[in-house]
Amino acid sequence: MSANDKKRQSRRKFIQSTALVAGLVAFALTGIVPVMRDDKRRLRPPGALDEADFLASCIKCGQCLQVCPVNAIELGDIDDGFGIGVPYVAARAQACDFSCDAVQCILACPTGALTYNKPPFLPVRAGAGLAKPPLLKIKAQDPEPTLNLKERMGLARLVHPEACLAVRGKGFKGQTRGPAFAGKMRYLDVDRWKPIPVREHPYERALCDLCVTECPIGDAIALEAFAAPDGTQRLRPVVREQCVGCGVCEMVCPLEEAAIVVEARAPWQEGGV
Amino acid sequence: MNRFLRDFRIMLGFSPEKPAASEIAPEVARIMTLKYQDNGRHIQEKLRGSESRPPGHKWRNRRWAVLLAVNLLFVLSFWLDIQILEGALTGSRFVGFHMIDLNAALQVMLAHKHIIVNLVIGTITVFVLWALLGGRSFCSWVCPYHLAAELVEKLHLALAKRKWVTDHAFHRGTRTVFWALFVLLAFVTGYTVFETISPTGILSRALIYGPGLALAWVFLLLLFEVFWSRRAWCRYVCPIGLTYGVVGSISPLTVRFKVEPCLHEGDCRKVCLVPHVLDVTVRGRATAPATSLGPDCTRCGLCVDVCHSGALFFEFKGLDG
Repeated sequence: MSANDKKRQSRRKFIQSTALVAGLVAFALTGIVPVMRDDKRRLRPPGALDEADFLASCIKCGQCLQVCPVNAIELGDIDDGFGIGVPYVAARAQACDFSCDAVQCILACPTGALTYNKPPFLPVRAGAGLAKPPLLKIKAQDPEPTLNLKERMGLARLVHPEACLAVRGKGFKGQTRGPAFAGKMRYLDVDRWKPIPVREHPYERALCDLCVTECPIGDAIALEAFAAPDGTQRLRPVVREQCVGCGVCEMVCPLEEAAIVVEARAPWQEGGV
Repeated sequence: MNRFLRDFRIMLGFSPEKPAASEIAPEVARIMTLKYQDNGRHIQEKLRGSESRPPGHKWRNRRWAVLLAVNLLFVLSFWLDIQILEGALTGSRFVGFHMIDLNAALQVMLAHKHIIVNLVIGTITVFVLWALLGGRSFCSWVCPYHLAAELVEKLHLALAKRKWVTDHAFHRGTRTVFWALFVLLAFVTGYTVFETISPTGILSRALIYGPGLALAWVFLLLLFEVFWSRRAWCRYVCPIGLTYGVVGSISPLTVRFKVEPCLHEGDCRKVCLVPHVLDVTVRGRATAPATSLGPDCTRCGLCVDVCHSGALFFEFKGLDG
């Protein structure tokens, strides 16, 4: 091989290598797109840092997923961009009902992406902080009945009041979400330590109030009276400041499309829900 | 330049250089003279004698067994809830002890800029583990992408033999550039940018938590390696490999080369993922009677398997008599 050929070959190698670097780094950086668009708005597990800090600190190992007794946690895929391997809760399919009592996912997290103790230099977003420690209804008789949770995951909102069974004055009887629904929850009257499929726990209510009774948190949601446009007095679920955004109300809503949903990262606004 | 620095430079992408005659130890010079006197009669005789000994697969088989066992332990710990090795390759707990992948730890520390105790413990544990066990031995003995790439490499080589594909080599320094860029990007953007495309993380999670769309990316990488560039990801891209390579530079576990029995056939370099570490096996390149291979060596043992003269072997410094 002549010196000229060698020179040409090494030039080509250099150009190809540069193209490889540019191409791969550019591809890796497209991970910012789903983060910026934010159209999935994943509901993060309890104790998660704010979204940007959460994506930075999560090591994408899934240990939180492994300890969850109701398998509420899923991991992001490559179309989540920088959120690949990052845990979220798909509440309609399986909400976080705090079946673990101690928030096991937080204990499992090796990097502090899920944490009881947010580092002091990270501020609490307005409306994200909880006024007082959330009371876990099922632990009401325990000496320490509250959850060590200082911020909400999201906030429930009645997005389809016109469809809500309670608002329409209707009851509910049977398996909520139907016989094929795989979601689980624990019930105090069954076994506090063993979550069972929701389909194995049928309900019968003269006026549907599942989102209120099944909510695991004390004083987070209640039926309140209001005057309907036709002049009659009706009841509707109203979300209160203690809502942590766990998504149980969204999961148990018997309608085809849930009337109440959890909005990830939504702040509490006085009188706004 | 001392051997450590020279091997480190070669790992970063510099080409190995032919040593000056003055650098070659007199004993080595004498060995080489003896080997090649009489028109290489000694070598010819040895080569004829060794024809009947086909290369074995002892180390490859052991390595594949370990690699499969480790990844299976991850999978079963979750599936059967036996809790021995919980998590994935980026971060896990081995019977309760934190283990954090060093490159993932680096990304998270730089992106988040806040380090908690468990992260430090897990990182130190893994650092000590791989400093003892050879650094890049993580690549060949644990990384699931390494095994996938090793298998499709056979396909690449079969196609190359028929001249249907040719290997397009990139500059080895590319990997150093990637490493520096991903460190910089983590620090500047505050995101663990590399994790988005890391086939190690993707494959490990896919094995444990089930397949996803991200496997398509891994599949594309493998296609690239079959049709364009042999072992491209491990050779020219993967910053995890370089991170562990740095750790392995102080490791007592190495593959060692003895010049005296070597017949300089070059079979070892043909099977090697990182043949630049085997430059010492080229006739006239060895300066000492015995040399440990540089830190870029993944301790995979393919060269040990293929070498029938016994010139290449594993050594754990301090344990061998």
